[in-house]
Amino acid sequence: MIRVDITSKRFAGIPVLGAIRFEIAPGETLALVGPSGVGKSTLLRILAGIDAAFDGRIERPDSLAFVFQEPTLLPWRSVLQNVLLPHPQLSPQRAREMLAQSGLEGKDDLFPRQLSLGQQRRLSLARAFAGAPDLLIMDEPFVSLDEDTADRMLTLTEELIARHRPATLFVTHDMREADRLADRILRLDARADGARLA
Amino acid sequence: MQATRLIPFLSLAGLLSLWVVAAVLTDDIQILPKPWQLGPLFLQEASSGELWTHLFATIVRVLWAFGLAMTLGTILGLVMGRSARTNAWLDPWLVVFLNLPALVLIVLCYLWIGLTEAAAITAVTLNKVPNVAVVIREGARALDPDLDAMARVYRMSWRAQMQHVIFPQLAPFIAAAARSGVAVIWKIVLVVEFLGRSSGIGFQIHLYFQLFDVAMVLVYAFSFICVMLLVEWLLLQPFERHARRWRDA
Repeated sequence: MIRVDITSKRFAGIPVLGAIRFEIAPGETLALVGPSGVGKSTLLRILAGIDAAFDGRIERPDSLAFVFQEPTLLPWRSVLQNVLLPHPQLSPQRAREMLAQSGLEGKDDLFPRQLSLGQQRRLSLARAFAGAPDLLIMDEPFVSLDEDTADRMLTLTEELIARHRPATLFVTHDMREADRLADRILRLDARADGARLA
Repeated sequence: MQATRLIPFLSLAGLLSLWVVAAVLTDDIQILPKPWQLGPLFLQEASSGELWTHLFATIVRVLWAFGLAMTLGTILGLVMGRSARTNAWLDPWLVVFLNLPALVLIVLCYLWIGLTEAAAITAVTLNKVPNVAVVIREGARALDPDLDAMARVYRMSWRAQMQHVIFPQLAPFIAAAARSGVAVIWKIVLVVEFLGRSSGIGFQIHLYFQLFDVAMVLVYAFSFICVMLLVEWLLLQPFERHARRWRDA
């Protein structure tokens, strides 16, 4: 079970997040929605351990993966290496299978900049799922994609989540995405003393 | 494309022509010999073995100083670029060393350590470390924070982060520091040899300076320039091509 118990999070003394408590069961998918700038990405970064400057407590598994808003790939390493380097225990064969599942078969030796944005996002997903994470965090993974590509990515994500069953928390502005992927939807609302769950 | 490739050769030919014109006008081998008058002198020094002995001594000093300056400067620049607190502490030192004349450091090293090989290499290294650190610090400040976050989330080892995340981003800065470093270091090595060593290109230039033999000074200087051109073409440019191959893909 993943437990989030944040008392407060401030940037330069200004409250960004107020008291926030929720849990994610193994295999459960939660969508986090709310207005822009309310602190959704901050909450994800706290959960992932990227931002440790907050008051509160997080219980999370060691094995986690993060799909960033931008693909955040290593542009100087090949597609295959982008999957292998964060997961040194992974065999090249398994990494290739993961790439194939993500629709990137035969692209092992290309550099990320030789891929389209949609393919780069698939690679980011392949990297996340390659480590078989217990917790998957995604920050608007389908943003700035055209409708068709976003729909294909959504289907791919659904398939991968169904196959690997990680506990998942993802941020989205699109309620259709939230309805399709999530078991539960959390809404973050702005307050004077920091954002809270509705 | 063909014309662009020819430009460096045409440019060098222009420089050579200027030299020839100046040499013809002065018409005194003691002041400025003609380029072709250096050939026999070069062969004489090469066949006697003198040229290779002194060239080797200078190359060894350049390699030592270059390796030490690049290593120390890269570590210092990386730490200062990543930590504002460390930068606040060390930045004034950096400014002091950047503005300390090379000659002062060389003389001080010889006075404190003695007229030894260690003093010579230390003096050259200390002269170059601040420049390398400043360039690498800029590179460290420009590192992508998202890639840092990615490396942390996926718990990449320190070594993997350095090898696959940090150094590829620093590669253009390292190449710039190396290129300017190697050019400056060999010039400082010559001064160090001029002042306190009994071997090397700088020592030979000192010797022929006392004999007012401009031709021999040019023979030794051009020999090392040729070595540096080989370093540029055979080491630095291939390294740069390798480091940026993903950009050209």
